Amino acid sequence: MSNERILKTTRQGKPGQGAGDRNLDWYIDKAVQVLVLIAGISAIVFIIGIFTFITKEGISFIFESSYRISAYTIGTLEEKEFPEELLEELEILEGETYVDAAELIIAMEETIGKEATDQYKGLIIEHSVHEPFKVMDFFFSTRWKPTSEWKPTYGAFALIIGTASVTGLAMIVAIPFSLGAAIYIGEFATGKTREALKVLVEMLAAIPSVVWGFIGLSIMNPLIIKAFDVPIGLNVLNAGVILGLMAAPIMATIAEDALKAVPDRYREAAEAMGATRWQVIFKVVLPAAKKGLLAAILLGLGRGFGETMAVLMATGHAINLPTSIFDSVRALTATIAAELGETAVGSDHYRALFTLGIFLFVVTFVINLTADLVVRGVKKG
Amino acid sequence: MSEVSTATTGKYSIESEKLNLWYGSFQALFDVDLRIKKGIITSMIGPSGCGKSTYLRSVNRINERLGYVKITGSIKVMGQNVYAEDAELVQVRKQIGMVFQRPNPLPLSIRDNIIFGHRLHTPKSEKVSVKKEDELIENSLKQVLLWDKVKDNLKRKATELSLEEQQKLCIARLLPVKPAVILMDEPCSALDPKGTAAVEELIWELRDNYTILIVTHNMAQARRASEECIFMLMGKVVEHAPTDEMFVNPEHEETADYIEGRYG
Repeated sequence: MSNERILKTTRQGKPGQGAGDRNLDWYIDKAVQVLVLIAGISAIVFIIGIFTFITKEGISFIFESSYRISAYTIGTLEEKEFPEELLEELEILEGETYVDAAELIIAMEETIGKEATDQYKGLIIEHSVHEPFKVMDFFFSTRWKPTSEWKPTYGAFALIIGTASVTGLAMIVAIPFSLGAAIYIGEFATGKTREALKVLVEMLAAIPSVVWGFIGLSIMNPLIIKAFDVPIGLNVLNAGVILGLMAAPIMATIAEDALKAVPDRYREAAEAMGATRWQVIFKVVLPAAKKGLLAAILLGLGRGFGETMAVLMATGHAINLPTSIFDSVRALTATIAAELGETAVGSDHYRALFTLGIFLFVVTFVINLTADLVVRGVKKG
Repeated sequence: MSEVSTATTGKYSIESEKLNLWYGSFQALFDVDLRIKKGIITSMIGPSGCGKSTYLRSVNRINERLGYVKITGSIKVMGQNVYAEDAELVQVRKQIGMVFQRPNPLPLSIRDNIIFGHRLHTPKSEKVSVKKEDELIENSLKQVLLWDKVKDNLKRKATELSLEEQQKLCIARLLPVKPAVILMDEPCSALDPKGTAAVEELIWELRDNYTILIVTHNMAQARRASEECIFMLMGKVVEHAPTDEMFVNPEHEETADYIEGRYG
């Protein structure tokens, strides 16, 4: 029996006798291959899926004109062709305000059913105020008033500036911090100190963002009020420092990898020529690792840009164009997180938030892609 | 320091006395006493692990990078004990150039590579004109016979050169600093026979102006490219004699056996 087995296995893959025999291992091998393939391509599927979803929800806000019907236009409906009995049925809707036609239609569907609503859809849209999307307004107006009864506006400029100012300050904090840490861990620390530091830095990277937000809210806030004698401690400074400290560990880890990738013979060569430790680092190691370091900074930037919870908690969440680091601001991500749950699906507000999402997605995508291309450059050089 | 050393320079460039070296708890060198003559090429041979590279790397104290090296005894280079407490590491290494087994040009341009050491040892207050730098670079590259090949693209990255050219560049970059001693740790082992011949020829050309100590695995190389030869075994010096003598008429049995290829 066992001899037969051995024979079979030795024949595997050869033409002729026994070549068609498939044992369990063959099936396991195939199954694992398929599983691994699925896992491998899932990243692509997810990226495409997320992008399609966000685009689908948000793009209509950009390209389709939006139809708004306010309390004022409901009155108009009443005067016009709307049948009496329908208006009676719609009585419960009276006194309510609908930000746009989509919202009214949803409410009508709930009251009088889908079929009846469909009859009047055209009529509602005909009577609603027609407002095309204005790119200039969206990106360059500071008026973000999505819940206004009379005229909701969607100007994201203050939000974009809010995110940019916080991320910018975060990078000012994080770059020296993380590069310093990476240089110390990679070039100076030895043995146990080095291992301990690496583990600690990685642990620091794993701290949940809500904890950082909590620190911003309850520790940094009073600290800033006291130290700088300002009325509010939830501002650009607070969020920038918190975000910088959050991004630094990841940046330090990647930067340290970049330093480690510099071959030791470069250091040896420079030292043998009489370079001091600092000269070796500044004139040889950092220039050799500059692409990897840039990638680290870009990835940190992407992380800062997309961070939500900590900035929601530490910025003060006030729509405001900051004139100093002591002003409260509001970030793009935090706006989406705070408002999306409160909007009606398909409404203008809902779609405007998705448009912000597209913007965020595009920016982070570009940052990450740049970082990736830079890293590829490292491998080549 | 250089004035002092020229004043006390005798016949020998490197003199070591009772040099013992440990890697952690492993002793790699035992009471090594060596006197290496000035202005000639001395080669060190011996089987792997005999301590020849260790000795070489102790001369410019590059061994210390490892962090777990302990050394007793002394090495005098141009009359100065490099292990003395007041010895300045930067000055020590300025006097001693080193060429490594694998060519290791820095990932900079050819120009920056050649001038790297010179810039390190020029005080900040002292301005070196571009013209002076260009001159130094041209002279160095001419000495290693690389000038004609690279003169048109000195901005090119040095790591893109062929291995032979890289090794020549590694020798050339030592010259602007004017070291007294050049240490070479198997400088041809990464090169093909043609490259080896070219680099050997170059080393031979340099011998009048510099004291060259070269570690090699290749006995034929030691034989044709050095004037004196040191044979080491198990961390000890067995024999130190003019090359011709050692290869024709070795004094010790171990040397004879090694040269004839009975071990190692």
